[in-house]
Amino acid sequence: MDKKSVFAESFALDNAAKDIVEIRRRIKYESELDKGFRDKIAKSAHGEKLYGCIQCGTCSAACPVSHYMDYTPRKIIQMVREGFKEEVLTSSTVWLCASCYACSVECPKGIKITDVMYALKRESILGNYYPKKSPASILANNFFNQVLNNGRNSEGPLLIKMYLKTNPFMLFKNMALGFKLWVRGRISLKTEKIKDKKSLKRLLQSVEDKSNYKAKVHSPALKEASAV
Amino acid sequence: MSNTNGNGLPKIGFYVCHCGHNIASMVDVEEVQKFASTLPGVKISRDYKYMCSDPGQELIQKDIKELGLNRIVVASCSPLLHEHTFRVAAEKAGLNPYYFHMVNIRENVSWVHTDKSSATQKAKALTRAAIQRVFFHKPLEKKSVPVNPDVLIVGGGIAGITAALTIANAGKHVYLVEREPTIGGHMAMFDKTFPTLDCAACILTPKMSAVKSHPNITMWTYSEVEKVSGFVGNYKVNIKRKPRYVIEELCVGCMECIDACIYKEAKYPDEFNQKLSKRKPIYIPFPQATPQVVLFDPETCIDFKSHRCKKTCIEACDREAIDLKQVPEYKEINVGTVILTTGFKPYDAELSPQYGYGKYPNVYTSLEIERLVNASGPTSGEVVTKDGNKPKSVGIIHCVGSRDQKAHKWCSKVCCMYSLKLAHLIKEHTGAEVYNFYIDMRTPGKGYDEFYEKIMTEGVHFVRGRVSEVTDWALVPEEENKLTIRVEDTLIGVVRRVPVDMVVLAVGLEPRADAGDIRRMFNISCSNEGWFLERHPKLAPVSTFTDGIFIAGGCQGPKDIPDSVAQAGAAAAEVLSLICAGSIELEPNTASIIEKFCSGCKSCIPICPYSAISFNDGTQKAVINEALCKGCGTCVAACPSGSIIQNLFEDEQIFSEIDGLLKFADIELEEMEAEHA
Amino acid sequence: MKYIYYPGCSLKSTGKLYEESLLAVFDALDIKYEELNDWNCCGATAYMAVDEKKAFVLAARNIALAEEQLKDEAEVNIVAPCSACYMILLKTQKFLEENPEDMAVIKAALKESGLDYKAKAKIRHPLDVFLNDIGEQEIAKRITKPLKGIRVASYYGCQTVRPYSTFDDQRNPVTMDRLFKAAGAEIVDWSMKTRCCGASLTGTIQEVALPLSYIILHEAKKRRADVVTTACSLCQFNLECYQTNIDKKFKTDTKIDVIYFTQLLGLALGLEPKKLGINRLFAQPENLFRIIEGGKPVYV
Ligand SMILES: Cc1cc2nc3c(=O)[nH]c(=O)nc-3n(C[C@H](O)[C@H](O)[C@H](O)COP(=O)(O)OP(=O)(O)OC[C@H]3O[C@@H](n4cnc5c(N)ncnc54)[C@H](O)[C@@H]3O)c2cc1C
Ligand code: SF4
Ligand code: SF4
Ligand code: SF4
Ligand code: SF4
Ligand code: SF4
Ligand code: SF4
Repeated sequence: MDKKSVFAESFALDNAAKDIVEIRRRIKYESELDKGFRDKIAKSAHGEKLYGCIQCGTCSAACPVSHYMDYTPRKIIQMVREGFKEEVLTSSTVWLCASCYACSVECPKGIKITDVMYALKRESILGNYYPKKSPASILANNFFNQVLNNGRNSEGPLLIKMYLKTNPFMLFKNMALGFKLWVRGRISLKTEKIKDKKSLKRLLQSVEDKSNYKAKVHSPALKEASAV
Repeated sequence: MSNTNGNGLPKIGFYVCHCGHNIASMVDVEEVQKFASTLPGVKISRDYKYMCSDPGQELIQKDIKELGLNRIVVASCSPLLHEHTFRVAAEKAGLNPYYFHMVNIRENVSWVHTDKSSATQKAKALTRAAIQRVFFHKPLEKKSVPVNPDVLIVGGGIAGITAALTIANAGKHVYLVEREPTIGGHMAMFDKTFPTLDCAACILTPKMSAVKSHPNITMWTYSEVEKVSGFVGNYKVNIKRKPRYVIEELCVGCMECIDACIYKEAKYPDEFNQKLSKRKPIYIPFPQATPQVVLFDPETCIDFKSHRCKKTCIEACDREAIDLKQVPEYKEINVGTVILTTGFKPYDAELSPQYGYGKYPNVYTSLEIERLVNASGPTSGEVVTKDGNKPKSVGIIHCVGSRDQKAHKWCSKVCCMYSLKLAHLIKEHTGAEVYNFYIDMRTPGKGYDEFYEKIMTEGVHFVRGRVSEVTDWALVPEEENKLTIRVEDTLIGVVRRVPVDMVVLAVGLEPRADAGDIRRMFNISCSNEGWFLERHPKLAPVSTFTDGIFIAGGCQGPKDIPDSVAQAGAAAAEVLSLICAGSIELEPNTASIIEKFCSGCKSCIPICPYSAISFNDGTQKAVINEALCKGCGTCVAACPSGSIIQNLFEDEQIFSEIDGLLKFADIELEEMEAEHA
Repeated sequence: MKYIYYPGCSLKSTGKLYEESLLAVFDALDIKYEELNDWNCCGATAYMAVDEKKAFVLAARNIALAEEQLKDEAEVNIVAPCSACYMILLKTQKFLEENPEDMAVIKAALKESGLDYKAKAKIRHPLDVFLNDIGEQEIAKRITKPLKGIRVASYYGCQTVRPYSTFDDQRNPVTMDRLFKAAGAEIVDWSMKTRCCGASLTGTIQEVALPLSYIILHEAKKRRADVVTTACSLCQFNLECYQTNIDKKFKTDTKIDVIYFTQLLGLALGLEPKKLGINRLFAQPENLFRIIEGGKPVYV
């Protein structure tokens, strides 16, 4: 037997069947799950409390964007606990989370769901899982670099970069808005900087998580982001 | 209506109750009251809002005194509710309480009818019947029987132990009869107990030895009740003490004999260890067994089979405690009350073959795991699979045999909690990944949900879904040589196959196989499922329908230790309350035999459900024991020579009652005919 | 007492009007403040998503700078008007307090840059300062143009009162209501006060963000509010500047004035609209002006 199951993908390959109805394997083999994922995320999100989730769904019900997510926050917690790493890290949920903390406030078990979402965002970028054209992840990366280099964030240049990389069409769509802001002195194309740029950069690099460093340098996302 | 049985001319007081709107909204109570006042013998007829209230009762008492009433009829609710109230009221006013009769015009009339005029007619009919009936009532006296202060407790699990100690500490004598060679029940098999995880032995063994040494407790292990007769306050019980082939008074439990047994290796399955280890033909169930006395298994001992053993065991015993000629001992005791604490039995996992118990060696029941994690168990507390390896992954399957139409419909209540406990212990002992497959997590109770949270945070997996099967066929390489659990993870919405090294079946709790026999022997009832039936599920949870017989613990339904102990305390209190009262009053509605009419046909004897009738060989007549008779009337109807009469149900009373009802039918008929004409 | 004013990036750009109005109100209420020297970006939402430790360092640097700048004062109070900044500063403090190991790493790193993180500074939201340091009575005394007849729907957004702040209720905050009641306004009772407006998604995933803003504006109008006041620069920008997009998408009319709570308070204190950055709004709040000048309210 090869590494994967005999049944693994065989149905999906049958084109005739595919024409009638798309058939995908949904069963999960434990070998496809990442058993360390739960502990990793729990650690990264500062709390073993996520183990204590009772799957009540309050978080999903409180979340203002859950109805757009492919997996609700509750499901995400269970999938993290059970090691469904791929599904979680490629899900839209992680990037739809608006960090509004509604879930965290309502959770009866004190689980910091928002922090779990942050941890998943980081994990998704590091492991190169994030949706490549997702504006949310690009924005996060660009923002990260801008602050790393200048100490401040300049909304104008930041958004322009993001639209260029994801959907240049959006840039035109939002041009009118940008102009309105510009005439009111609410946006500038100038890049904001702090005085002590150098020492801030040094400071930031000094807390580099060594284990993550490599991954980050090699993360195409970060490379691309800094190239633009 | 001249014949009133020589009890004076009746002066009847009739009272009809409104019961607020309960009766008055459907029955014209005033009309009933007016109607009654016209009937012969009725001296006074009244209606009142609430007859059971103090002023209502005082009304009756005043009339008795001022008008010299000698019969009382109240038309109100069910006698089950207030017959006692009114009888006491009458008695207080100086009237024999059995001159009172009650008519139920609420449950039998106002609550079940929708037409006020016919409801009123019916109430009137019942009223006339009752009034005609009381003409023939007689004064009766209650009998009182003394209560024997000795108590029998059957079953020496935690419930029986608790009840025994409570009663013995109150200074009463207890006979504790246990079928197994040791007391302790299921609890003695556990390592730790939820939710506090305190060591079961540490909290149980002190109680076991307290039972053994208590001066007020006679502890008979390896014994069974064979026969019970008598009635509340005065039961006679026959007990068989099975032979251990060891003299209990001499044996000190040194176990020299076991070492000396001709079998050098233990060879026979050890029942206490759920057959996970072996014992010799001479053995002691477990180190803290109470009493600390060995016993023989005649099935496996060579000497019992061939009489040709060297009997090295006997040589080894310097106390000469072994007696291979021992025979069963029969005891007869008299007790006033009984508590049944015979416990439960775990569901037989082989009856759910989809989980592979008995087929795959590494599928265990929860009770087996209790032994495995126990330091004094078969592996000295090591959790290993049958091939001796520590499991890397363990799946605990909930609700085995419970919540299942094909097995038992009920939830066994303790298995979610003990599964959490076992998950914790297995993880602690092996570091394995532990999965709990559950339908619902049921953890109500003090500190229980907190325990669930604790186990969750320890990293145990919780997969919500009922396992469809445990199987050994592999679909992917990692499933080779493993047991694969097939389940839908209903929280994520995918089907999973989880390969594990060890499967634990959280078997449910069911009634003991012999619960039916015990029930018949003690003349109590069982629920449809086979659990001993309590008199009332909320208000009399440890009483039965047989006076003086109480139940507690797992024999009444699935229950954990705290609940079993609480029930045992409640049963002990019920017993002590009877003992302290000293005697019991018996209702006088009993049957008796008019000797001269009895033909000695014995028809009545087998049909009495309370075994109250016996046959006097000398007189060749049947005799009814009034203390046992519950007044069911069966024999009265059955006696071919009409020689049995029953207090409060004498022929004249019943016939005139019927007459009262039928008179009314006549009137109705006449009216109808007149209408037609 | 003197406060450290930490503007954060947005009060210097899209939220410029927040800065102008806040500082004008500070002056009007005689609140003394200094802007934080050489402050850096707070790190906030997007940074957390990439590197959490760095996000904490960014925030810790600002706190350390403030502690340095006011080292002679008995107490260091940092006013952070932007909700995202406010939340992240609080979160950093709380996190470092709970994780001594990380605290040690970050302290050491800051030390190398010549900074000392003492974890002493109090992080304050302007609402907290107005209500708890100045007080409603004091503010009421200074109102020269009471907001009589104006129906105010106060909107806090998600990060102002949760999850770390303690100055108001996390589910039903009332500080802004108290403030405007003191200023003579009518308070709109509604349950959208802390519902997320979707600001962090408007720039990236508009399909999801716009409905979130729409529902807030829609409910405000339904309840006949004259104005929505916000306490966060992201919210204000989001709810005001995307109204055209929202109306187009949902084919409705959500036009309503969305201004900073400091702007409305400034108007009540009799300050010049221009000083309050009112001119930087997309649409002039004519309706408000008219009511403040004694005109009749036009319920929408
Ligand atoms: C695997 C497992 C784990 C558990 N873990 C826990 C736990 O951690 N904490 C907790 O609170 N509960 C636990 N429970 C529940 C606990 O076992 C019961 O609550 C408790 O044993 C009930 O006590 P009992 O005395 O009523 O019955 P039992 O323990 O069943 O004792 C009944 C006794 O009566 C004897 N007997 C039966 N019939 C007769 C007869 N005809 N004549 C004479 N003697 C008779 C039996 O031999 C036995 O000794 C667990 C149950 C299981 C199955
Ligand atoms: S609210 Fe908390 S406990 Fe409930 S499902 Fe969400 S994370 Fe789990
Ligand atoms: S923090 Fe994210 S997951 Fe939680 S409620 Fe807000 S948007 Fe939803
Ligand atoms: S029978 Fe004799 S040798 Fe065996 S345990 Fe008892 S006292 Fe010891
Ligand atoms: S009689 Fe023989 S077989 Fe039986 S216990 Fe004694 S030594 Fe063992
Ligand atoms: S207690 Fe839990 S495991 Fe036991 S039957 Fe009930 S639900 Fe199933
Ligand atoms: S009345 Fe019933 S209980 Fe009494 S002797 Fe007859 S059959 Fe038995």
